Order: sequence, then structure tokens, then C-alpha cells
Amino acid sequence: MSKKDIGLLLLILVVGAVVAAINPRFLLPINLANTSNLIGLFGILSIGQAFVIITGGIELSVGSSIALLGVLFIDFIATRGMDWPVAFILILILGGLIGLAHGWLIARLKLQPFVVTLCGLLIYRGVARFYTADGTAGFAFGQNFPTLEFLTAGRTYGVPNSFIALIVIMAIMWVVLHRSVFGRYLYAIGKNEEAARFSGIRTGRIIMAAYVICGVLTALAAIYFAMYTRSISPASHGNFYELYAIAAAVLGGFSLRGGEGSIVGVILGTILLQELQNLVNLLGIPSSLNFSVMGGVILIGVLVDQQWGAFRTRRRLVRAARAEPSTEGQRN
Amino acid sequence: MLNVPETSSFAGVEAPFLSLSGVRKSYPGVVALDNFSMEVAPGEVIGLVGENGAGKSTLMKILGGVVKPDRGTITVDGIEHDQLSVEGSMNAGIAFVHQELNLFDNLDVAANVFLGREPLRAGPLKLVDRAKLREMVGSLLKRVGANFSADTPVSKLSLAQQQMVEIAKALSINSRLVILDEPTSSLPLPETEKLLAVIKGLKADGISVIFISHRLHEIERVADRVLVLRDGILAGVLPKSAIDHDEMVRLMIGRALKARTAVSMQTPGAVALSAQDIRTTTYPHHPVSLEIRRGEILGLAGLVGSGRTELARVLFGIDARLGGEVYTDGKKLGLHSAADAVANGIFLVPEDRKLEGILLDFPIAQNISLPDMPAHSKRYLVSVRSENKTAEKQRSSLGIRAPSVATRTGSLSGGNQQKVVLAKWLAMNPKIIIMDEPTRGIDIGAKAEIYNLMRVLAEAGVAVLMISSDMEEVIGVSDRVAVMHEGQISGILDKDDLSQENVMLLAVGKKPRLAKREPEGR
Repeated sequence: MSKKDIGLLLLILVVGAVVAAINPRFLLPINLANTSNLIGLFGILSIGQAFVIITGGIELSVGSSIALLGVLFIDFIATRGMDWPVAFILILILGGLIGLAHGWLIARLKLQPFVVTLCGLLIYRGVARFYTADGTAGFAFGQNFPTLEFLTAGRTYGVPNSFIALIVIMAIMWVVLHRSVFGRYLYAIGKNEEAARFSGIRTGRIIMAAYVICGVLTALAAIYFAMYTRSISPASHGNFYELYAIAAAVLGGFSLRGGEGSIVGVILGTILLQELQNLVNLLGIPSSLNFSVMGGVILIGVLVDQQWGAFRTRRRLVRAARAEPSTEGQRN
Repeated sequence: MLNVPETSSFAGVEAPFLSLSGVRKSYPGVVALDNFSMEVAPGEVIGLVGENGAGKSTLMKILGGVVKPDRGTITVDGIEHDQLSVEGSMNAGIAFVHQELNLFDNLDVAANVFLGREPLRAGPLKLVDRAKLREMVGSLLKRVGANFSADTPVSKLSLAQQQMVEIAKALSINSRLVILDEPTSSLPLPETEKLLAVIKGLKADGISVIFISHRLHEIERVADRVLVLRDGILAGVLPKSAIDHDEMVRLMIGRALKARTAVSMQTPGAVALSAQDIRTTTYPHHPVSLEIRRGEILGLAGLVGSGRTELARVLFGIDARLGGEVYTDGKKLGLHSAADAVANGIFLVPEDRKLEGILLDFPIAQNISLPDMPAHSKRYLVSVRSENKTAEKQRSSLGIRAPSVATRTGSLSGGNQQKVVLAKWLAMNPKIIIMDEPTRGIDIGAKAEIYNLMRVLAEAGVAVLMISSDMEEVIGVSDRVAVMHEGQISGILDKDDLSQENVMLLAVGKKPRLAKREPEGR
């Protein structure tokens, strides 16, 4: 864990302690379980977003994709009678295809990530609403999928399985990002795409792969969200979820210019965001202020981080200047 | 405006407009300008010559107030300064016309000349007084002898005409000294004539001119005095009567060519890389063919913009080619990306080290391993041990001066950064290595090391293509030199015919003076 991660972890613990001191219900198993379930759901899609942000890109269509893929998943198993494992795989493939399309437009046709994924945001939301004729997609009374429900919304020894899924995905993605050749390429492209290309890296393919990973993880999150809410009104389901993911990454030390950030960071960012949500509920702050609290905390966090960095740079310069006093014309 | 002096050459009769005394400026690792003194009289035209890196641009930056000298004084109109600020330089009437034009081609001439300083109409709205603007610009254009009107869009003007707009812009601030930085380097001959006439006109108005050019014949024609810079010091001053082409060259080069390395003893081997009828997007109508042999260093000379870098980028697969084929060892390559080039042993040390050569934020070891990750990994996972081993080996063999291979590459000096770029390719056993300005911005010591390294590579059978604008380097290091002119190879010089003069003649598209044989090439 980097210094930044440890700082974030401390912040999470301090905020947790304060909330627990004011309202002891924070530490009740039911509250912890609910919060960790949400951490699992948002964590999965934030990891996907992280892969895109590392390359210097951005994926804005996450929320709409979650609505569209969620609607499709429920429709496949509830209305069309598809076997759920088949539907499950199909949705992941669809998510991957969406990512591939975005990656292709960005890496091959050189469109800006912001523009491509903003269009995705609008398109998928529209398609999702059209698909259900703006109705709510849900299960019929008495429809049950015990295995699927256990895997997505169930618990093991009190721990939500969605949270366990996040831990597994986190472990895999940690290896991919921090230990694999592919991960190295991602950082290289994020730092300086030109230099990466001049080192013989096929940067286009790597960027497309990052968007595919984001698409697949978003699809997985879409299934978890669908099974968590069990009914989806496509006009509002998943609204702003891309911003949760981006905020988690930024809090976790990612740079939107690319090339910086870690899996641990983005997970800690997700945890802090969900803790803040929980704080709003438990401390009796009007829930309408929810977004304002999150925005304020992110802004302060980024500001402190940036000022701290500037302070350290200044201190280093001052020290360096003292170490070699006035070497005018003698530097070699 | 000052009176026009009777004598054109400065002889201490008139108080100088500007004088520098004992000016020094050093950057980490290099003294760019040392103990430099000069005086500029009103209405004097000073020719300033020197090779790349001789200190001309540092001098310009000091006069423009962009750079603060380490010591020395600058006296303007009798007032002594330690340094000039950008504003101070402008207020003193020092104006620049840069080699790269800074015009907005979506605006017309008038708007460009007075951009941000437009005459305004009375009234609260502060509207631009178009009529007055046009009249003011019109009179400036007349002064520079322009044959176009103030409302012509800049996009419709030729390069020389655009240059006139720049000069008009310079005059519009009531300049007393106009500094022209290689104004003719991109101009065809007839247009150059016009520009020289403008310089004479400025002189007649009592305005001083510093004229920087590589084209010595133009200097001969207009300068009252020539200053020659070499390695940051004033190598000589030629009064009007002594201005002579050969003398300027002698002063510019000055010493025995330091760059000369042990000349290859071996005869070059088989053709390693052959480019046939390559057409680049910059010069789509000029196919270029080139052969590089194993064990030779082929220099690629030419003026800036002659298409050398474009050719190198195509050979490395970074840029798409419009036509032509590339062969290595007689085999046609499917060259569609830099990855293809790297897979076939063609490596490029790019022109812009910080943008293209290395990742400044990566540690040294990761920069070196980056192009060869498959060799540094097991089952897709990075082997840090293998990376570090290779990096350590390269660090000691190239003498990269850094605390460890985990050091951030951006914290190294330019020379050591360049060694990291070289190290990543050397670790992969190059067949063909293209170096684009490999010693630009590097101190003398590291330069010599890089020259030696190139020779060692060549002796090991590598084909080296070196693009360089440093004449000394081109002549000292290369076994053969190909010269480009406007997108084409204007000639290839063998060792016997290799001289600064011949390279220059080919670079401007003229015939070289060859020793024994008939001229070759096109």
C-alpha cells in the first residue's frame, strides 16, 4: 500500500469512529452487511472504470449500461425463460461488446473518450427505456432463482456474497494491473502514449482491451444490481453510477490524465464513498444533501492531496538549495 | 527615431544603441554563452553566424528578456542592466522575427499586426477603429515594400509575404533593433531577394538589425559586421571589409573536428536495410530510396524540414507510408506499426527524447525493459528480477550515471536519459538502429560516449542511420553521408568527398564538388 492509500484508510477509520461514536447503529451487523453489499456492487464497476482511467480515458456510459443490461438480464430470465447461466454469460458478452465498440472508436478512429462514452450514456438509456416501453422490468410473483439469488444477493456467514465477489475480482485485477505485462503496458500508455508506441507497444489493442474489461465488469455489476433491486425502472436505474466510479477512482489517487492509481486505491475510494452515504443516513442529515456531502468531501480530499504534494515539492527544493549553496556557474 | 549615422560600420563614433559586456549563461552541464560582449550601433546590420548549439539562441533569449544571464551587463541607450525583462526588452524597442512564424492565418494582415493593440473608436463600447487600423498597417506595409493590402487574409500569403507581415509587426512597436532569426531558411531565392531589400530599407531608416543565418552568402551581402559564435564564445568579429565566406566558415568550425571517431577499418557488409521508393505524407510526390549496410554509419544530413525525420518515422513504422517497400536482409517487410519494426530488429532513437524516447515517470529499469516485455515475463507476469538484471548490465556497460536502476528516469541529465533510450534497444540486439539527432541537448562528454558507442555498434555489424543537423557530427562520425533536400536525397557522399561545403551544397540542392568520380545520386 502506498502512503496515499494508508492516508485514505486512516480517513475511513476516523470517519467510521466518529460516526460510530455519534450513532452506535453504524456498527450493527445489519448496517455493516448492507454497506458492504453496496461496496461490493459499486466496487466491481469502479474497478472497471479504473482500468479505463489508467489509460487516460473515461467511461461515462456505465450507469446507462447498468440500466440496459439489467433490463435485458431480467427480461431474459423472467420473461423469455432463458436459463440464468446462459443469460449471465450473454450479458457479460454484451458488456464486453459495448466496451469493444467504445475502445474501437477511441483507439482506431481517434474519437475522444469523453465524447464516445457520453453518446453511449444517452444511447443506452434511451434503448433501455424503449425496450420496456418505459415500464418497470421485474420478476413475476413467486418467480425464484435460488442459486442465482444466493450468489448475488445471498450471504455466507453473514458476509454478502457480492462483497466476496468483489474480493475475488479485486485479487484477480490486482494481479492483472500490478503484476502482468498488460498492466505494465496500461501504465506506460497512461503516462505517455507516444513513448509507449515508440517502444513498439501496440497501444490501440491495449486501450481497446481496457474498455472491454470495463464493459465486462460493468455487465457483472449490472446483474448484481438487478438482483439486488429485483425491479428496474429504466429511466432512473443506475443514474450517476459512472460518477460514483470516477469519484472512487479520483479519491483513490487516480489521475484523470492517466498512468496513476492502484486497485487498492480505487477500492478504498469506494469504501469511503459508501461510508459517507451511510453517514448521511445515520446522522440524520437530509438525504437530499447526499450528493453535496460526497462532492464536498471529494473536493476537500483532492485539494488536501494536491496542496500536500505542492508543499512537499517546495520543501524538497528548499532542501536542495541549502545542500548546494549558490553554485552560480559551477554546476556540471 | 534616432538620426541615421553617416558611417554604416560601427567605429565608436556614435553611442551604441545596445551593448553587452561579459555576458555569461550556463545551464546544468553546459556553458551556453561565456564572456560575450558586443555593441550594436543605430542603423547597423550585424550578421550573426555559428553552428547549432553555438549559443545564438541563448543570446536571443537574453536580448528578449526570456533568460537571465549569470553575469555581465546589458546596456541599452546608456543605461546599464543586469538583465532585461520581456517588457523591458519590448519597451527598449527590441523586436524579434522568429524562424517559425507566429501569425494567425484565420485573420487578415491588419488584425495580425496590431493584435491586442488595436486602435479603438471613442465611446463606451471600445470598438475597433477599422479605418485607422487599415491606414496604420498600410503605411507599415509600404515601409517593408509589401505588394499586398492590409485586409488580405494571412492564409493567402506566401511565406516571404508572411515574413514581411512579421517585420511590419516588429516595426509597429517603434522598434530600434529588429532581430531576424534565420528568416531565409524556408524561402526560395527570389523571395530571399525581397527580404534582403527590406533589411536595407530598415537600415536606411536608422533601425539596427541582427541577422542570423546559415546562408553565408546573404550575410556577405547585407552585413556591416559579422560576429561568429562557437561553443558559446565569440570566435571572431569581421568588419565589413573582411567579411568573407571562407573566413566565416573557418571561424565557425575553428578547431580540428572533435567529433571524429576512429574511422571504420572494415569494409561494410551486406545491405541490412533497403528502402525502395518510400513516399511520406509530407512529401507525397518525392519517392526516396536508401540502402544501409551492416557495419556502417550512414549520416543523413539536410536542412530542417528536408524530410529526414519523416523518412525515419516511416522506416520505423510509426507513420504510414503512401508508397514504397522496406526490405531487411533482402526480405520484404510487412511494416505497419512500430511493433512490426521492433519485431524485425529496426529500432529508432527518436528526435524528441522526452516525448517519444522515454517515460519520464518510469524507473530506468522499466524504461529499458518496455519494448522487450515478453522476454522479461513468465506466463504474462512481469519478472522484475529479469528486468533489473538487464538494466544493471546496460547501466554498467553504457555508464548510465544514476543511484540505481529504480531511479526515476526523468531525474537524470539529458545525456543519461539518452543512454537509457539507447540501452533499451541495445538490450535487444539491434540489426538496424536509426538515431534522430542523437546528441541534441547533450553535454560534450556524453556526446563522445555516444559516438564511441555508435562505432562499437557498427563494428559489431549493426547498420546505423544517423540523422543530424550538427555538421561537425555528420562529418566526424559518418562513414557515408546521404543529404536530403526538399524531400529527396540530393546526393550521397563517400568518405573522399565528405566536406562541410559539399554537404551544404547538397542540402540547398546544388551540385557538390567531387574529387574523382562523376557526381552520383540525383
